[in-house]
Amino acid sequence: MPQMTMLDALNDALHIAMEKDDDVVMLGEDIGKKGGVFGTTAGLHEKFGEMRVMDTPLSECGIIGTAVGMAIYGLRPVPEIQFQDFIFPGFDQIVSEMAKMRYRSGGHFTCPMVVRTPSGGGIRGGHYHSQSGEAYFAHTPGLRVVMPSTPREAKGLMLSAIFCDDPVIFLEPKALYRHGKEEVEEGFFTIDMDKARIAREGKDVTVVTWGAMTPICQDAATEVAEKGIDVEIVDMRSMLPWDAETVLDSVRKTGRCIAVQEAPRTCSFASEIAATVAEKAVDSLEAPVGRVSGFDTPFPYALEHVYKPDKKRVTNAIEYVASYE
Amino acid sequence: MGNSVAAKKTTSTAETPDPYEVGPLGLFQLVDETGTETAAVPELPEGLAVRLLEAMLFQRALDQRMLNLQRQGRIGFYGTAKGQEGAVLGSGAAFEEQDWCYPALREGAIALWRGMKLDHYIAQCFGNAADPTHGRQMPCHYSDAPSRYVSLSSPIGTQISHAAGAARAIQIKGDKDKIVGGWMGDGATSSNDFHAGMNFAAVWKAPIVYICQNNQWAISVPAAAQTASETFAIKAEAYGMPGMRVDGNDVLACYVATKLAADRARRGEGPTFIEMLTFRLGGHSSSDDPTKYRDESIAKQWEQRDPLDRHRTWLVGKGMWTDKMQDDFLAEAGTAISEAITRVEAAPPVETETLFSDVWADVPAMLRDQQDRYTNEETV
Ligand SMILES: Cc1ncc(C[n+]2csc(CCOP(=O)(O)OP(=O)(O)O)c2C)c(N)n1
Ligand SMILES: [Mg+2]
Repeated sequence: MPQMTMLDALNDALHIAMEKDDDVVMLGEDIGKKGGVFGTTAGLHEKFGEMRVMDTPLSECGIIGTAVGMAIYGLRPVPEIQFQDFIFPGFDQIVSEMAKMRYRSGGHFTCPMVVRTPSGGGIRGGHYHSQSGEAYFAHTPGLRVVMPSTPREAKGLMLSAIFCDDPVIFLEPKALYRHGKEEVEEGFFTIDMDKARIAREGKDVTVVTWGAMTPICQDAATEVAEKGIDVEIVDMRSMLPWDAETVLDSVRKTGRCIAVQEAPRTCSFASEIAATVAEKAVDSLEAPVGRVSGFDTPFPYALEHVYKPDKKRVTNAIEYVASYE
Repeated sequence: MGNSVAAKKTTSTAETPDPYEVGPLGLFQLVDETGTETAAVPELPEGLAVRLLEAMLFQRALDQRMLNLQRQGRIGFYGTAKGQEGAVLGSGAAFEEQDWCYPALREGAIALWRGMKLDHYIAQCFGNAADPTHGRQMPCHYSDAPSRYVSLSSPIGTQISHAAGAARAIQIKGDKDKIVGGWMGDGATSSNDFHAGMNFAAVWKAPIVYICQNNQWAISVPAAAQTASETFAIKAEAYGMPGMRVDGNDVLACYVATKLAADRARRGEGPTFIEMLTFRLGGHSSSDDPTKYRDESIAKQWEQRDPLDRHRTWLVGKGMWTDKMQDDFLAEAGTAISEAITRVEAAPPVETETLFSDVWADVPAMLRDQQDRYTNEETV
């Protein structure tokens, strides 16, 4: 099996999807000759031509709005938003149109499309090249919100997303684009978006996370293992809909839980997990449910290292809930 | 400018055209790429022509140094205005001290022109304690309240509607002496805010001059893929405001056109939209490699139309500039830049405290709690 970075794996998934189905088309800023600012769409324009891989004018509203029209017509568009931070001019199209089309038309019109967009910190990009906006989207019924955590996960989830009949916001953790390589199966395969993944088995503390925080949690788990704390990591994969059962099963086993995210704290997906665990697994809980998150501030440039949860903050939180009496 | 040089015959007898009459499909020019006047240059404020050359030379030198700092890993990012200095400074110089500027991403030279401290410009790029904006934004996102140069954000186009709002506020307050300058790139004309800002400004007959720097690229997307309009300037007409199209590498033409539009706005006669046709000689930013998507021989051609060379030739022809003056100026500029970099780089990192301030007017209890927990290494 080939070794791939997440970028390689996503690029491979896009090539496979376009080969498999002529209805798969891509549109976005700089995705053509340049191959995307991160290179995710490299080679697609040469191979599939400009009718299927379109560089668009600079309008996220236009990119998403026209993709909605293409999807209703019967294509499977995969628009790219260059950075998740720039999705907001297209937010109306996402929230009012893409997410509600199936419902408001009684299921007669649908939007089978995937909005791909790099998300999160890691490139010293300041406010507008770093944010983790998953909660905005997870607050919108009708959408699927997915974020992979490894190269293999990225490929399998992307192929599921493209051939799924719901609109998907596919958040690509840009910090992991070149983070490391992993063996990834060749050819077409899918990973179930509806099922969270146990990224590490353990019996003492459940750490619920997703995207770029996953490897940080894994490092923290390795560290606390030396102190005798056995961590189970649940990688959510999808934040809407989300697999509460896997989280609750894990918490019923460990009795202790933290949720780790890069996004700001208030009204976040970590808050949803904490609320659900408190509601449904209260009998199993032996400690308060903790949240490790970004602060309720904009994402900073110079102080990115303070803002983003790191191994130390995660380790402290695990030790706190593990030792809570 | 006392130094006398043998004056080349560069003066044109052709009457100065009216850029409003040249219109959105023409190209208003005063000096061509050889430095020869194609039309009479109207009388300019004392010393302005030389100051414009100096400012362009300074910006070119500063951009190169900042890009080097990026390559050396001393700052994280940088985007130059290389090739566009004429459009940037020619437009910027046409505004008065009391006016407001809503810049796009390549107008840093206008902040300096209006008095922003060089140390602050450089410190913004280092993002350390010397930066009055506390290192919160990526490099090149300047904000300078004393010069009314309003904080740039990355999302393209958002300033276009802010600028219209500021111009409306001027009308509401009755501040008759003030106007607004609103800058954008060619790519930004596709944004939602372009439509909103242009429409509102025209409906309100607001005192504003919009300047579109058509550098012919939005990262890798050429202007022809950005719009099917014949020019960017023609878009103005549909909104109900006049559009001008100017040779953006002719700093004097940029100045004269913008000044006319500024005067008109100040008289209460409404907005103007100016397309300045120029070319981005470098990559989009320090993260971009233009060889992937454009034929660099076109860039080579545009190097022949360099706005600095053109203006210098014209000034030399007028006996207002010499090689010696140029050498002296560049040496002084180099020293000033080096000294500023040394001062700024010596500053400590920003205080952690600055992560939590300015989110709201006061730090609310919930955020103070997060800060305390961070400081005390408390968890969850
Ligand atoms: C809303 C939004 N979408 C995408 C981007 C990414 N981006 C940054 S600059 C740029 C191109 C801007 O082109 P233009 O307006 O012509 O300005 P130029 O860089 O040429 O000066 C793009 C697409 C952004 N900053 N904001
Ligand atoms: Mg441009």
